[in-house]
Amino acid sequence: MSILVDASTRVVVQGITGAEGTFHARHMLEYGTAVVAGVTPGKGGTRHLDVPVFDTVDEAVKSEGVDASVIFVPPLAAADAVMEAADAGVRLIVCITEGIPALDMVRVKTFLKETSSRLIGPNTPGIISPGRTKLGIMPGSIHKPGPVGVISRSGTLTYEAVHQLTLLGLGQSTAVGIGGGLSKPVIAYVAGLTAPPGRRMGHAGAIMSGGRGTAVRKVELLREAGAFIVESPADIGKIAAAVLSGKA
Amino acid sequence: MKIHEFQAKRLLAGFGIPVPRGEAVRTPAEARAAAQRLGGPVVLKAQIHAGGRAKAGGVLKAGTPAEAEAAAARILGQPLITAQTGPEGRVVRRVLVEETLAIERELYLGLTVSREEERLVLLVSPKGGVDIEALAFDEPDLILRQRIFPSTGLHLFQAKRAAFAFGLAGPAFSRAVKLVADLVRAFEATDASLVEINPLALAAGGELVAADAKMEFDDNGLARRPEVKALRDPDEESPQEREASLAGLSYVKLDGNVGCMVNGAGLAMATMDLIELSGGRAANFLDVGGGVTEEAVAKAFAILASDPGVRSALVNIFGGIVRCDLVAQGIVRAAREHGFRIPVVTRLEGTNVDAGRRILADSGLPFTTAPNMEAAAREAVRLARGRGGAG
Repeated sequence: MSILVDASTRVVVQGITGAEGTFHARHMLEYGTAVVAGVTPGKGGTRHLDVPVFDTVDEAVKSEGVDASVIFVPPLAAADAVMEAADAGVRLIVCITEGIPALDMVRVKTFLKETSSRLIGPNTPGIISPGRTKLGIMPGSIHKPGPVGVISRSGTLTYEAVHQLTLLGLGQSTAVGIGGGLSKPVIAYVAGLTAPPGRRMGHAGAIMSGGRGTAVRKVELLREAGAFIVESPADIGKIAAAVLSGKA
Repeated sequence: MKIHEFQAKRLLAGFGIPVPRGEAVRTPAEARAAAQRLGGPVVLKAQIHAGGRAKAGGVLKAGTPAEAEAAAARILGQPLITAQTGPEGRVVRRVLVEETLAIERELYLGLTVSREEERLVLLVSPKGGVDIEALAFDEPDLILRQRIFPSTGLHLFQAKRAAFAFGLAGPAFSRAVKLVADLVRAFEATDASLVEINPLALAAGGELVAADAKMEFDDNGLARRPEVKALRDPDEESPQEREASLAGLSYVKLDGNVGCMVNGAGLAMATMDLIELSGGRAANFLDVGGGVTEEAVAKAFAILASDPGVRSALVNIFGGIVRCDLVAQGIVRAAREHGFRIPVVTRLEGTNVDAGRRILADSGLPFTTAPNMEAAAREAVRLARGRGGAG
C-alpha cells in the first residue's frame, strides 16, 4: 500500500523552467507522474515540457487542480516558495532545494502550523511510489513495486537501501526522503555511529549533536519503539527480507 | 562558520551591545602601541577558533605597555593547545588587547537555533564565566530557557524575565532588557546559528559589557550576508578543509587512515560506519554533493590523497543526479595529474554505472573495484593495513 502519493496525484513543479526543474520534471513525466502545471513568476501563460506554466501557485491550483508541489527554486527563495504553496492549499509539498537558511525554515515551520499542508524536506530526494508516481530526483530505475516502505533522512543512503531491497526481489510501496507515522514492522539503520560528536558532517541533516541528537541515542529510541536495528548499512536488504519472512 | 572573538565583539557593538575598548594586533610592537593607547592595565587574549583559552595560557594580563609587548611575544606565533583544539593546537596569529574591567558579577547570555523545537532559544544565567553545558548538568535551576517564536519575535516580557533571572535591578535591569533585544536583532540580521556572551560582565557602575563573545553562523545564510562572509579566516582551517570549501565540497578531517569520497552525507557516514565495522578507521568525511562536476571530483580526490595519514582510498558513489561516468572521469584525471600514491577501491552504482566502470577499467590504472559497499570497505581497510600505520 503506497502512502501520500499515487498515480492520480496531480503535481505542480515550482521552478519548472530552471535547469534543475526542467531536468527532473522531464524525468518525472517519463516515469508517469501527472505533472499538470509548472510555476515560474514572469513566465505565466507559456508552456514548458508541454505543461502549462503559471506565474503563481494559486493560479496553477485554480486552473489545473493540484494535490502536490515539487519545489526546485534556489535556496534563498525556497522558503517563500513553500509558504506560497501552503497558502494556495497544496496538500503535500516536496521541497528538493538544499541549503535553505535555518532561520527561514524556522519561519516556514511556524507558518505551516496554520495550514493543513504537509512538508517533505527540504533537502530531500522526494517521494516515490514505485510503478505509480515519482515526486523528486531519485533514479526511478532502482525501484520496484512491492510491500516494503522506506523512510530515510538521507538521499543516496535511501538509494542504497532501496537498491539492496530490489536486488533481493523485495519491491517498495513508497520510499520517502524524510520521517512519517509508523505502524508496520520497522527496520532501522542509523548512520553516524562512528562519527565524532560535535562535528558537522555535511549538510544540516547530518549533525551529530549532544544528548538526544547522537546516533547512539537514536538507535536506543528506535529499539524502544520496537524497530529492528540494522548494525551494518550493508545488511539493510537482508534484515528486511528476514523480517518479512518472519525469521527475525 | 566561526569567527574570532574580536570580530564578534565588533559585530555586536554595531547592534548597540557594549564591549570593552580593545584592538586586535598581529605583532608584539603593535600590542605595546595598543596598550599605550588604551592606557592602564590591559588583558591580552589569543584569537583562535576554539574555547578553553584562559586555562591553556592564552589569556594574559599586563600592567604596562612593555609588559603587554612581552606577553604578546609569548603568545603570538605559538600553537595554543586547549581542550578544544586537539593535541596539535592552533597557531595564534592575532591577539586582542583590551582594557581590563572592574567586574562585580559575571552573567551568561546565549542564543541559538533549536532544530528540534524549530525555534530560537534564549539562555540566561546569573552564573556566568563557566561552561554552560557543565552548569546545565550540575545546576539546571540556574539557567532560564525561553523559546522565541519567529512570527512574533522577542516579547518585552521575555527580555524582562531574562533581566530578572540575571538578578538585576535599577538602571542595570533596563540595560539588560535592551541588550537582550539587541542580541536577538543581531542574531536574525546576520543569520547566526549561535551567539554566546560568557561572561556578560556587570561592572561596578552597573554597566553591562560583553567581556567575551562567541558567534557562529549558518553557512546557508552566508550568500545573503556578504559582511559576515568577509569575516571568514582561512588560517583557522586545515589546508584540506580550505581547498574543499573552495571547491564546494564538504570535508571533515578525521584521525583514521582510510580516505573516503562519497556522494551524500548519509551514505558518507554509513561508509565510515562500515570501515569501522571492518576493523579500520576513516581518515575523513568527504561528501561530493549532488551537483558535482568532473573537476570537483578530481579536486576531491586530490584533497583526500594529500592527507599524509591516508593509506588507502575508498570511493563509494551511488549515482542519482550524480553520474557514475563523470565521477570515474574525475578520479582518472586526478590519478593521472597527481600520481597514484595509494591503492584505490571503487564502488560505483546507479546512473550510468556501466560507463563509469568501463572508464575505470580502460584507464589502465590499478583500481580495485568492489561489487558492493561492504566488500569495498573491507578491501580498503585490508589495503590500508597492508601499508603500515595505525589500522
